[in-house]
Amino acid sequence: MHKKIKFLPSGDSGLIIELGNEISKDINRRIRALSHWIEMNRFEEIVEIIPTYTTVLIIYNPLKITYKQLANRLQNIEKHIDKLRLPPPEAVHIPVLYGGEYGLDIEYVANYNGLTIDEVINIHSSPNYLVYMMGFTPGFPYLGGMSERIATPRLDIPREKISGSSVGIAGRQTGIYTIDSPGGWQIIGRTPLKLFDPKKSRAVLLNAGQYVKFRPISKGEYGVISQAIKDNSYEIVKTSLREEK
Amino acid sequence: MCSLKVNNPGLLTTIQDFGRIGYGKYGIPRAGAMDELSLQLANILVGNDRYEAALEITLIGPEIEFYDNLIIAITGGNITPKINGKVIDMYSTIYVNRGDVLSFGNRVDGCRAYLALSGGFKVEEVMGSKSSYLRGSIGGYKGRRIMAGDSLAASGDKGYKYIGVRRIPKDFIPKLSNKYTARVIMGPEDDRFTDDGIKTFLNSQYILSNQYDRMGYRLNGAKIQHINGADILSGGITFGAIQVPGHGEPIIMMADRQTTGGYTKIANVISVDLPYLAQLKAGDKVNFKVVTVDKAQRLIRQREERIIEIVKGFEEDGLKISVKKSRNFVIAVNDKKFIVGIQELE
Repeated sequence: MHKKIKFLPSGDSGLIIELGNEISKDINRRIRALSHWIEMNRFEEIVEIIPTYTTVLIIYNPLKITYKQLANRLQNIEKHIDKLRLPPPEAVHIPVLYGGEYGLDIEYVANYNGLTIDEVINIHSSPNYLVYMMGFTPGFPYLGGMSERIATPRLDIPREKISGSSVGIAGRQTGIYTIDSPGGWQIIGRTPLKLFDPKKSRAVLLNAGQYVKFRPISKGEYGVISQAIKDNSYEIVKTSLREEK
Repeated sequence: MCSLKVNNPGLLTTIQDFGRIGYGKYGIPRAGAMDELSLQLANILVGNDRYEAALEITLIGPEIEFYDNLIIAITGGNITPKINGKVIDMYSTIYVNRGDVLSFGNRVDGCRAYLALSGGFKVEEVMGSKSSYLRGSIGGYKGRRIMAGDSLAASGDKGYKYIGVRRIPKDFIPKLSNKYTARVIMGPEDDRFTDDGIKTFLNSQYILSNQYDRMGYRLNGAKIQHINGADILSGGITFGAIQVPGHGEPIIMMADRQTTGGYTKIANVISVDLPYLAQLKAGDKVNFKVVTVDKAQRLIRQREERIIEIVKGFEEDGLKISVKKSRNFVIAVNDKKFIVGIQELE
């Protein structure tokens, strides 16, 4: 049985729908179904939505609808969520050059966990990581599903600049930097792909609900893909996954 | 084509409109004007769409030379705007001519002034908005702040349609002060604070620290007590959300806020009060007072009705005549020189 849906005001232009209070694939699936249903209906009073781990923040126009009216309209939303079938999930393949100058901390991660570098690469690139939500910086995916065997605490002293497209580990999570920024993650590699490119009509590579699959590549392949991206001839590889229960 | 050139950019001048809407789910901050009321009023005064982009000017104003005859208006914080050295009215339609120089003097009140231009600024829209988001280097003028030597163009045709001189009614011009009581709606995570914590928040005066920018305002003052820590699962953040991290001092999330965050939010400043908050600066004092969602939404509807009424009044007064020619003459009266602009109407 699911926890009862909760409605909360977030100021006079925001309404939060809360579906639970823990990170879980089931809650995430319901969050996505709910977001999908809201977007399909194109409510003119709704300005935009921000889905997160356990909530959907609905930004609405208070000149068009009051909080009470909106909450009333969404009262029976649970019925729609349970009926709605989501499109089968897909995995977006992200090529990564592990180690070397682009992955300065991979040796530390290996030593910390009593593994070889190859084992770290193998463990990191095996799972399909669910994109639970997007946020923090433009295009940043909150990924779930990393093996605890490669969990490593953050650096004691954060680096002043970590290049965009760096792949790192912080505690029990893994992530990909989307813009150059300071940070304390253990950097294990870099992808030639850009997760955020404002010059493109689709500025952001990933969507909440997709999966990420890391694929180890060689230095040579990194160069080839980088060039293809420059020439606009690189096609993102995606595979369909079976619907998860 | 160039409509104006920036001789001196001031402290922080950026192009802002109503913000980038619909990309929050990809982690892209909305940005947009800090004081959206002043943005709207400036646009109304020059006959633009209310949400057109304008220059947001911070504390120290720029020096701008006009290369075309244009209609401008300046609203928001008063930084003593001048044309050719003479102080001009704010909240009023101003006709400028080729060669005129706009400069600013002392800050009298507020923090941010808005300069709107008839036709709006001609810059590329990025994800549906002209707003500058400096941390992401997107929007506005080449994704950056305005710098000396920049040339900006107006979107409209050369010249302008004469619209008369519009003035915002005195009682609708925001009165700015260095002390402000912001009305808030409690939540969404007010249940994560002790009763004493809530009392502290509502009964204390906070001071704006010098860490206050377009992203957020850090306040100094009495520490607000949590029941069980300050961390939550990351959730979406609205404009004016008041986060309280572990150290207990509030941070108000402003226009460039990140889309999601993991700190408890005790309350949210209401929409009609955000423009006043946007005009505060380091050292200014803030108190908080609770109102209901109903009340906040009544206030925003009342404000909207008043704006519509003002616009309607201007449009009814407006002469739909375009200017054929515009020239300046220097006239000497009793040894004093005056510059007189003459406009030939169709």
